[in-house]
Amino acid sequence: MLNGKAHKFGDSISTDHIIPGRYAHLRSNLPELAKHVLEDADPNFVKKVKPGDFVVGGNNFGLGSSREHAPLVMKMAGVSAVLAKSAARIFFRNAINLGLPVLICDTDKIKNGDELEIDLTAGTVKDKTNGQTLTFGKIPGVMLKILNEGGLIAYVKKHGDIKV
Amino acid sequence: MGKTLAEKILSEKSGTNAKAGDIVIAKVDLAFVQDTTGPLTVRQFQSSGMGKLANAKRTVLFIDHAAPSPNANLSNDHITLRDFARQTGCILSDAGDGVCHQIVQEAYARPGDVIVGADSHTVTAGGLGAFATGMGSSDVAVAMGLGKNWFRVPESFKVAVDGDFQKGVGAKDLILHLIGKIGADGATYKSLEFTGSTIKKMSMSGRFTIANMAVEAGAKAGIFASDATTRKFLQEEGRGKDYKTLEADADAVYEKTITIDAAKLEPTVSKPHTVDNTSTAKALKGTKLNQVVIGTCTNGRLEDLAVAVSILKGKKAAKNIRLIIVPASRKIMLQAIDKGYIKALVEAGAMILPVGCGPCMGLHQGALGDGEVCLSTSNRNFHGRMGNPKSFIYLCSPATAAASALKGEIVDPREVM
Repeated sequence: MLNGKAHKFGDSISTDHIIPGRYAHLRSNLPELAKHVLEDADPNFVKKVKPGDFVVGGNNFGLGSSREHAPLVMKMAGVSAVLAKSAARIFFRNAINLGLPVLICDTDKIKNGDELEIDLTAGTVKDKTNGQTLTFGKIPGVMLKILNEGGLIAYVKKHGDIKV
Repeated sequence: MGKTLAEKILSEKSGTNAKAGDIVIAKVDLAFVQDTTGPLTVRQFQSSGMGKLANAKRTVLFIDHAAPSPNANLSNDHITLRDFARQTGCILSDAGDGVCHQIVQEAYARPGDVIVGADSHTVTAGGLGAFATGMGSSDVAVAMGLGKNWFRVPESFKVAVDGDFQKGVGAKDLILHLIGKIGADGATYKSLEFTGSTIKKMSMSGRFTIANMAVEAGAKAGIFASDATTRKFLQEEGRGKDYKTLEADADAVYEKTITIDAAKLEPTVSKPHTVDNTSTAKALKGTKLNQVVIGTCTNGRLEDLAVAVSILKGKKAAKNIRLIIVPASRKIMLQAIDKGYIKALVEAGAMILPVGCGPCMGLHQGALGDGEVCLSTSNRNFHGRMGNPKSFIYLCSPATAAASALKGEIVDPREVM
């Protein structure tokens, strides 16, 4: 069970919003890089986010670059899951590979600041602020296995191989 | 039941009868990273316990995004990549060689290959019939170590393009038009397969421009059948033996067919801050510019520079415009020097940057100031992309960029051709 507050963003939050190229020189200094997470979408996000909180987007969340640093800095900032109406392919796969769940559901029903409780096994998002419960789409089997092992590198370290 | 190009390639490389929707383990023929994703790939690889590379001669580390490096941190990232290449025996393509996607097509990609790169524009190699897709650092690390990875076989959209382009209109206008039509998520998780009489007549340079931007519609791949044009390209690169004919089956199943009449296309521009926010160049006439960029992995090939020269030769770019030219590779730079293109462009007021990614990603040369407007032949105009969230980026073809550089504002290139 994951509990935290919703930080609401709009449609088309790109990987450049999440961690822009101008900070590429900090990519081998992750604690410094993480101070800029989502800066171009909300300059105060890093001050507001608390461990366990959720990033809630609209359509096509994470479009753009293959930079795995995008989900990585969100995870480092304490984000425990991303909720969106839809997500870009590479971002979705990268987030799962780092053990950060991306849950596809109707985020229009969630307001900024709502307290959410997510049950990953049941596939539900309970909005404790408005009392509604949303369901999210199933994560494909192979990705669930990777997520449950704590990410792709942990999976490969344990199994020495990748299987579907 | 027939197969799409994506299904054919993934069937062959997975040893299964792969159909859209299947999850397969496929052999990876080429795995690569670049200097902003590579250091993380190296760290992930080293912590994974995989130990050694599955195929060092088909693993390439490119230094192209910050080439040459603008600061000590990135220089140290470059050292990480050079050290890893030395330790593992994989190939290093150092600063000055060119953009990864250009070098991949010049030296590595083959029709029917599965290619993964830690860069979203890896899709570019689809121009010569490879299933090429961008992945993150962890996935590419796994492909480097195991020589394989898992893939969901994508459904395919057939993009059928017929008719002749009008003067001043070309491959870039076609792909911007398509993205404007279907949206930046219009092909998410899908493979775009380009076909039709316009495509059959198109140069490899144009095919690469289109494949490069498939990801801007969310696509996993953008693939072209291989044909006589592909064969000639590979022969000219000294790789004639790498050619094989690859085409979709006549009864392949497509989720959707999108038809485009090339003759009806106009010079097209993407407005800030998304690629699907398209307009005709004509409708944007009068948009004042501070910087014009011609180059990158999307439009930094010889054919693109030739178009720019045909418009700019013997003329001068508008005052107060910074005109920046970025050839995509060393080879293209040398050809452009031999043909006199570089002289003509410098005389027209251009700055020539080292081969590589140039200003596209905003981490060095050509970063924009507050309120500044750039017109670029690159592939992405996201908020903050060129180093400043208070700036504005428009995307266009080399013809529109060159014509607009002359005028200092966005114009339809046919005004000056």
